[in-house]
Amino acid sequence: MSSDKEELEVSIWRGDDAGGAFEDYKVPAQDSQTVLDVVSWVQQNTDPTLSYRYACRVGMCGSCAMMVNGVPRWTCRTHVKKVLDGKKVTVAPLRNLPVIKDLATDMDPFFDKWVKAGGVHHPSKTRDDPIEPINPKSIARSEADTGIECINCSVCYAACDTVTGNADYLGPAALQRAWTLYNDAKDADQQTILDAVSGNGGCHNCHSQGSCTLFCPNELNPMKAIAGLKRATATSLFKRKK
Amino acid sequence: MIRPHRSHPLWFAFILHRLSGLGLALFLPAHFYLLSLALTAPESLDGYLALAENPLVKVAEFGLVFLLAVHFFGGLRLMAMEWLPWSGRQKSLAAGAVAAAFLVSGTFFLQAV
Ligand code: HEM
Ligand code: SF4
Ligand code: SF4
Ligand code: FES
Repeated sequence: MSSDKEELEVSIWRGDDAGGAFEDYKVPAQDSQTVLDVVSWVQQNTDPTLSYRYACRVGMCGSCAMMVNGVPRWTCRTHVKKVLDGKKVTVAPLRNLPVIKDLATDMDPFFDKWVKAGGVHHPSKTRDDPIEPINPKSIARSEADTGIECINCSVCYAACDTVTGNADYLGPAALQRAWTLYNDAKDADQQTILDAVSGNGGCHNCHSQGSCTLFCPNELNPMKAIAGLKRATATSLFKRKK
Repeated sequence: MIRPHRSHPLWFAFILHRLSGLGLALFLPAHFYLLSLALTAPESLDGYLALAENPLVKVAEFGLVFLLAVHFFGGLRLMAMEWLPWSGRQKSLAAGAVAAAFLVSGTFFLQAV
């Protein structure tokens, strides 16, 4: 389709945590070219100092997310043809995270919040106990299954305006992880999870804007998980009062 | 300009809910003040009520009823989303809330003119 002579006009954000600006590059168009391919081409052919992050190139590792034309996307699986505005495309570091350099953000706050939201397994058995059979069709297991394909890419976190407005807000991915564990029959401490997600930065901050769900590249639904947590925290309050 | 990551139906539903909530919050003190005139100064209340015949005021009233209705139905959608079993049709429900608000405020307007 696209001949080799065709050139893309690519604007890439260059800078660090002190500030920066967009710089323009020309990149030859190719068939089946991803946004990550475009960024790599610039780094390999125009400016070797361009910093960015990726690993798997197949949508597994969650390390390549960037803002593409103002919306967060996994760049390794975004065909540039699908997002081109004429011949133009802009690429910037993810929103809501500190920039290390150019397109690479510091994802520590995102991962720290996974732990803060109770996102660690609370074991119910020891190694000496027999393995507990789980019915994959049970309601709780089906609910937990809806969130387990999260690749920690932070696309939802970058899309969320509530994260922008409140630095303590745990964010869609961490809360969805908490909801997964809450529904996991092998997790022994549901109350700890509910306590972790109902504090100041917890699930009740969410205004159900749904940007997380709209942009999640794996088509997960953090907005639904958060609604579930809101309900679970509220009903547990009534239960405890009895 | 609305930034690209915001231009989708549920974000518009959010901003509509926030603006209508703020609009109502601004309007309510004036509303209560006027109602209080019924007790403190009935003659000047009658003066204000005569204003309500002004077409511009009628359009403004339509706006207020719309704000209340859209906030009410939108709020019901959010509460249903958080309290009832999940429904995947949030966009349709949000559109339905706006449609219901137009129905209510439009009916009110036609009754008023
Ligand atoms: C008529 C019944 C009403 C219902 C069912 C209702 C429902 C709701 C709900 C569910 C929210 C939370 C939205 C969110 O999570 O973002 C909310 C927010 C709000 N409401 Fe209402 N509400 C009602 C009446 C009012 C009135 C009369 C006012 C004005 C005084 C008002 C002002 C607000 C404001 C300012 C917010 C905050 C908006 C935001 O944070 O985005 N509401 N309402
Ligand atoms: S639904 Fe909640 S978590 Fe998701 S983007 Fe909106 S405010 Fe953020
Ligand atoms: S929920 Fe989706 S968008 Fe968010 S981190 Fe997981 S895979 Fe990425
Ligand atoms: S490089 Fe691994 S998800 Fe894109």
